[in-house]
Amino acid sequence: MGILDRFLRAAHFSGGVHPDDHKRPAADAPLRVMPPPARVYVPLVQHIGSPARAVVAVGDLVKKGQRIGEPQGAVSAAIHAPTSGRVVAIGDIVAPHPSGLPVRGITIASDGRDEWCELEGCDDPFALDPAEIGRRVAQAGVVGLGGAAFPSAVKLSGGLGARVELLIINASECEPFLSCDDRLMRDRAAEAVDGIAIMLHATGAREARIGIEDNKPEAIAAMRVAVAGQSRIRVEVIPTRYPMGSEKHLILVLTGREVPAEGRPSDIGVVVHNVGTAMAVRNAVRFGRPLVSRLVTVNGACVRQPGNVEVPIGTLAGEVLAFCGGLRADHGGPARLLLGGPMTGMQVPTLEVPVIKGTGGILVLDAAEVGEGEGGPCIRCGDCMRACPVGLLPLEIAARVRAGEVEKAAGFGLVDCIACGCCAYVCPSRIPLVQFFHHAKGELAARARGTQRNETIRTLTRAKAERLERDERDKAEALARRTAASLAAATEAAAAVEKAAARTNEESGACA
Amino acid sequence: MSGRELFMAAPAPHAHAGADVGRTMRRVQLALLPATLFGFWVFGWPAVNLFVITVAAALLTEAWCQRLRGCESRLWDGSALLTGWLLALSLPPWAPGWIGALGGVIAIALGKQVYGGLGQNLFNPAMVARVALLVSFPVAMTHWVAPLPLGSAGAPGFVEGLRITLGSMPVPDAVTSASLLGHVKTELSRGVDLAQALDAAGGTLSAWHGVRAGSLGETGALLLLLGGLYLLARGVIRWHIPVGVFAGLALPAVVAHALDPAHSLSATTHLASGAVVLGAFFIATDYVTSPNTASGQLLYGLGIGLLTWIIRSWGGYPEGIAFAVLLFNALTPVIDRYCRPRIMGRTRRGAPIRATQGSAE
Repeated sequence: MGILDRFLRAAHFSGGVHPDDHKRPAADAPLRVMPPPARVYVPLVQHIGSPARAVVAVGDLVKKGQRIGEPQGAVSAAIHAPTSGRVVAIGDIVAPHPSGLPVRGITIASDGRDEWCELEGCDDPFALDPAEIGRRVAQAGVVGLGGAAFPSAVKLSGGLGARVELLIINASECEPFLSCDDRLMRDRAAEAVDGIAIMLHATGAREARIGIEDNKPEAIAAMRVAVAGQSRIRVEVIPTRYPMGSEKHLILVLTGREVPAEGRPSDIGVVVHNVGTAMAVRNAVRFGRPLVSRLVTVNGACVRQPGNVEVPIGTLAGEVLAFCGGLRADHGGPARLLLGGPMTGMQVPTLEVPVIKGTGGILVLDAAEVGEGEGGPCIRCGDCMRACPVGLLPLEIAARVRAGEVEKAAGFGLVDCIACGCCAYVCPSRIPLVQFFHHAKGELAARARGTQRNETIRTLTRAKAERLERDERDKAEALARRTAASLAAATEAAAAVEKAAARTNEESGACA
Repeated sequence: MSGRELFMAAPAPHAHAGADVGRTMRRVQLALLPATLFGFWVFGWPAVNLFVITVAAALLTEAWCQRLRGCESRLWDGSALLTGWLLALSLPPWAPGWIGALGGVIAIALGKQVYGGLGQNLFNPAMVARVALLVSFPVAMTHWVAPLPLGSAGAPGFVEGLRITLGSMPVPDAVTSASLLGHVKTELSRGVDLAQALDAAGGTLSAWHGVRAGSLGETGALLLLLGGLYLLARGVIRWHIPVGVFAGLALPAVVAHALDPAHSLSATTHLASGAVVLGAFFIATDYVTSPNTASGQLLYGLGIGLLTWIIRSWGGYPEGIAFAVLLFNALTPVIDRYCRPRIMGRTRRGAPIRATQGSAE
């Protein structure tokens, strides 16, 4: 791709930032495979949608890959045992979330054998019906591995009800520090491309484009070799700019087209999957292997041996860190423990949280990497506006939120915010803008729920009033009918009495 | 490695570009330094004294107001220093010290803190103070002196300079001069032709090299330009406001000068005199009081330039940039309301764009 071409592509979306990517040396370290730990802690909700339902009991012996959680509802995902062993508890485990609150999950004590259950593979996935591929992917509990963890089968087999023409593979990996997709493409390019070909078949799209940021030359080279024989799969080198991996931004850069606001990529005939998901789809369809492990980047100045590790789902973050040599005490010590990347990842309060399907990174950053500093009032410099990749005015939204005027904030396009964090990243006053927006979105949702509840109450009250009125009317009518009937009867009776009396009089008169 | 107490909850992003308000203020001050030192050299000790008094007054007022408001002291973020600095540069260099002191108090107390401090004010604090002083003390505020560089014959020494600043020694008449714009305004109102008026001034008034009568910091136009270019290169300011101001002033000046050279100054004279360069790069670009978006900023700059030209051409004052800046500060919320960026996936009016199925090329 020529320089001009690259420039024109970059011109497609305004804003965004260029954080120091901190990807090397972790990205260059060879991939390591972590053996299953003594215990795995598997939450029943690791995805967007309804939690799965436990289908094993305490004391059960399970094999690796055996289904232990059944999906519930249209958007949900199955959960499988990450290793073989015995179910020792079903109950609360610490959620991989900033709150550190408990979440329902299954704890398995490993038997050390890591034995697979019987798996149903397929030698020629391209002979399968797309719907069958979707079914197998759903069976395997595959979710989007880019971080959002949306159940993949829903997006794969036309579950969105729109015709898909273009499959975009998100391999941009724009979050700093993370390199698990990079490592995957360098080491397992052929398998990833096989997975992409299966996805292409399943979606019915005409072609697939793999978007890779230009800071990953080794991955680009490996993927180019891997797609060599495939006429419908193309590798596209895109500029390194955060948030390139945002679905709508990647689509814009690769196709020049915008996804309508409040809409989905399928509205313009596009579907986006992460490159790691392609790998998981391949394992699910070709070998029947469910998603029980994933690549995790362990990185940050405080990690002794940063790199990429294939980790069984449910392994505690602390154990992964221990596998990577533990933490260093220099650099002033750890400042933040994160799951995911520094821009959108979440801080967790303890090392005792499990790796789940959406966990792309475990980062232990020092104070310098976090860039801690003193905050202050907004000076309206407008840097947040120039950094916003969506075209919002974060300073104006934040001012409204601060004043408690969330409706006005919504008028400035709050719903279009993708929470990428670019605004807060550049803010010289270090205003926690993303937090402001989350708060306002929560407030708006609460108000919408409140409005809905009031509406429901009003409808019910009206219905009740109508019913009471109807009952009352019915009662009154019945009463009226009864009264009329008894009146008639009484009149009749009175007449009869009179008649009888007259007759008696006549008779007595006659007697007299 | 229990870790629990190590990791205090903090929202994403967990990274920062490293910018801070203090750094921005320091860069602006660095950009102002050459022109300021030049002003000290051209106008001597009284100018240095006035500068020190004005800046000190601004800092003391800031500290006092922050104490009164009971908020955390943010004195060293550099914003009050910068306000005092800009005000000092906009004053007549030999103005009495009390002018600077009063100006510093007005700028910070009335121009900024009454609104709620940094980031809350509607008007540029330095210009609020300058205009308040100009309308309240028109004589002191229009008393210009001819350049008397430090060390030249007739330049006041340190003690004399202090006496001038403190008002115990009158400014000698021989030193009094007029600024180019003031001179032209007076001559034109007397019915004197522009060419004659400029001839009488001997061309020295409008010199680009900056050794001319004028406010303390406005005469070193080339050094101010240099500072402005530094700010642009550093990304502290964007080009839209300065270019808008220059274009808004120069375009009508070119037309008017072509139509009536006898009564209208040329565009180059307009740009080289008064406080245009100082205003365009350092005053109109104040973040707090200028619009956000590129289009808004361009509009705002053009408006300031045009209004400055109108005031200079027909107004009662020879220079109008301070008034123009204040008027457009007032318009900033309106400009911000109408100049907004387009949101991705939406039309300019805010409706979702229409989905178009079809070729992905």
